[in-house]
Amino acid sequence: MHNGIPLFPPEASNFAPRVDALFFFLVAVTGFFTLLIFALIVTFIIRFRRRRPDERPEKTHSHMALELAWSVIPLGIAMVIFVWGAVLFYQSRTPPPNAETVAVIAKQWMWKIQHQDGHREINELHIPVGLPIVLEMTSQDVIHDFSVPAFRLKQDVVPGAYTHEWFIPTQIGQYHLFCDQYCGTGHALMTGTIYVMSKEDYQQWLGGAPAELTPRAAGEKLFTNYGCIACHSTRAPSLAGVFGSQVAVTIDGSPAVVRADEAYIRESILDPGAKIVKGYPNIMPSFRGQLSEEQIMDLMAYIKSLSGAAEVPNYSGPSGSTTQPEQTPPPMGDVPSFPNRVNP
Amino acid sequence: MTDVLNIPAEPTTENYLNRQFTVRSWLLTQDHKRIGILYMVTITFFFLIGGVAATLMRLQLLTPKGLLVGPDMYNRLFTMHGIMMIFFFLLPSIPSTIGNFVIPLMLGARDLAFPKLNLLSYYLYLAGGTLALVSLILGGVDTGWTFYTPYSSTFSNEWVALTLVGIFLNGFSSILTGLNFMVTTHTMRCPGLTWFRLPLFIWSLYATSLMMVIATPVVAITLLLVALERIFHVHGIFDPALGGDPILFQNLFWFYSHPAVYIMVLPAMGVISEIIPCFSRKQVFGYHAVAFSSISIAVIGFLVWGHHMFVTGQSIYGGMAFSFLSFLVAIPSAVKVFNWTATLYKGSIALDTPMLYALGFIGLFTIGGLTGLFLACLGMDMHVHDTYFVIAHFHYIMVGGTVLAYLGAVHFWWPKMTGRMYPEWWGRFSALIIFLGFNLTFFPQFLLGYLGMPRRYFAYAPEFQVLNVMSTAGASIMGIGYFLPLCYLLWSLRWGKPAGNNPYNATGLEWQTPSPPPVDNFEQTPVVTHEPYCYHLMEMPRA
Repeated sequence: MHNGIPLFPPEASNFAPRVDALFFFLVAVTGFFTLLIFALIVTFIIRFRRRRPDERPEKTHSHMALELAWSVIPLGIAMVIFVWGAVLFYQSRTPPPNAETVAVIAKQWMWKIQHQDGHREINELHIPVGLPIVLEMTSQDVIHDFSVPAFRLKQDVVPGAYTHEWFIPTQIGQYHLFCDQYCGTGHALMTGTIYVMSKEDYQQWLGGAPAELTPRAAGEKLFTNYGCIACHSTRAPSLAGVFGSQVAVTIDGSPAVVRADEAYIRESILDPGAKIVKGYPNIMPSFRGQLSEEQIMDLMAYIKSLSGAAEVPNYSGPSGSTTQPEQTPPPMGDVPSFPNRVNP
Repeated sequence: MTDVLNIPAEPTTENYLNRQFTVRSWLLTQDHKRIGILYMVTITFFFLIGGVAATLMRLQLLTPKGLLVGPDMYNRLFTMHGIMMIFFFLLPSIPSTIGNFVIPLMLGARDLAFPKLNLLSYYLYLAGGTLALVSLILGGVDTGWTFYTPYSSTFSNEWVALTLVGIFLNGFSSILTGLNFMVTTHTMRCPGLTWFRLPLFIWSLYATSLMMVIATPVVAITLLLVALERIFHVHGIFDPALGGDPILFQNLFWFYSHPAVYIMVLPAMGVISEIIPCFSRKQVFGYHAVAFSSISIAVIGFLVWGHHMFVTGQSIYGGMAFSFLSFLVAIPSAVKVFNWTATLYKGSIALDTPMLYALGFIGLFTIGGLTGLFLACLGMDMHVHDTYFVIAHFHYIMVGGTVLAYLGAVHFWWPKMTGRMYPEWWGRFSALIIFLGFNLTFFPQFLLGYLGMPRRYFAYAPEFQVLNVMSTAGASIMGIGYFLPLCYLLWSLRWGKPAGNNPYNATGLEWQTPSPPPVDNFEQTPVVTHEPYCYHLMEMPRA
């Protein structure tokens, strides 16, 4: 991976050079002020050293302009750093719509990865160079953190919630994956390798490993086996097009409208009584303890795949509009799109 | 510096040390000076425990696979190091030890406003520390000092609750101490001592006390909630498996623990504002700016807790607000550094031991503070968060800042506390050793952090080894630097040169009374007629 003593990590994602540019700017600014203070102190203690024990220096009078200057100038510089960092952060948290989703499930002390085409890996992530990837992550137990120093990115992986991390790998190679949030005994061993591959090598890798059921297909199977289909085609709300839509619900008896995101779907599976869709009775049983986080991810993939084109009668209650289009993230510049892949 | 104005004689008059010698007279004392000494002895003990844990950790990290212990033991070591150093050393260090001793003297008062409460604070602290120490040694706790849920509430072992009770008790000690200092500052100032004639040490401890009283109850409640979830499995608090929210814990925890960083560093800034004028014989440049910067740090410091949570998945806009406020809180700290530096200008500078520590503080605090900008910056934090960069940054503040200021304060007021001078040559020598050892220990950790080495790893990737070895070498040097003052200060208790009332020709009421001070501090209530740090009006000895 590395030879000798590295003093700087490899730059392997679209964000890496931009984080490094910010870093060098910060080093220059802070370095200047550090040297300024050091130089002043050294100069003063030499120049104004005590020469006689009875020295009694004159009183220095206050200097308003000087005091204002050293408050306002640092404030201005700080605001530049703030805006620069905030813009970069915003972009790093806003995945482009065409990014390929990879599911990540963290548990003490391993990383489980599920690709959309059914490939599953542990502590390894194989991805092609040059295409945007968004990781959809959750944890089965405690908080973990998916950190890839070569990408200059990290994101906590939180139980009971879904977090996202996106990037475009730019350099072919193998890079460290670290768990950065302390998670118990094996924290330091919860590491892995990111393999960024050329498109040809990646196709070969896809061909070599036998794919399992795709998450969508696995989800569909669960949807049938757990009997979800029995109600969700008849007396329960249809799930077609629900993902990303606005849903009229009742929370503790009072009406509300919520967006059907990952957290909402997950909650509706594990704790169906928390938000009851308007117009329906609270009769769904909880599936807490019956489904693993992977299975919930699979169900999620299936529910997301149900297009909104199907009829959604009564779904949003009697009054309101039905579904709303998913919010489109702001333009990200030239983001290459992921090609359709064919399973062998 | 020798004295001719003061008569350096063996302290034979009755003072707070020689009035009574029984153990009972120490353990049940209500004298703020004796309570300060009790704190000093106790925090030194807890510092040694935390230091032993740090030594073992640094030895472990000499090799990539870990040299000494397995993962569980390493996790317990860093937890013990964090809990002992933060809750039982740094938090009470300057306020409870130095503050207890000098606040009434600086105010021209006989004691604190509530002497009995002061003793109760000490015993709450002692009980909390003992409880935490017992559970850390008997059972071992491996949550880290941050106790993040759901790991701490559901997954870690059974000794967590007892440790939390220890920290809970210590929290009440903080609250009572803060209350005591605030009331004392309001009600016990001697005639003529108006607010803008107060020493800056008092201003900074007043700001600290404000934070202690407001923030500490939050962490006490939070830790109680963790204990409730652990013991009674109460639903809907922090554990998502029980319908709770683990990030809620972080919000509550950092609402206290970020102000706690200022609770640890504001008193240090106060110490520096006393030492710099004394050894440059200059009034502090911009007294009002320095005083108000303490207060603004205390106020804005309450609004920045979310910068510990940029990568938890909290709202992007929430992150931006916290980032903005964190940059804002950097300004008053920068103002202080500029003011201290300007105080040196055209002064008469003597590099005695306390001054070396103070100058070391300015240098290291500058680096620690400026690297804080990297972490407050969202686009940078998403790379260096939870790496050794963070470790290096806060050790520059907590050790380079607070520990150096504490050692500076101990040397500065040692003659007042004991009536004896420390050996000057050894003092300067060990200050230098600590400064060099510190930088060798922690500077490589900035590089490790940018390379991506995560914190709390008992083993690491091989390419990180060279920098880790440098860090361990530095820690050994720093260890010697800590050991020396322990030896020569104890030595000076018996063989040190008698100090006299005012060995440094310092302004300030504490220097107008004998060393060690009499039980009632002053024979007559002093009257203050001018602003502080009037070194241009002091009579200086010729020889």
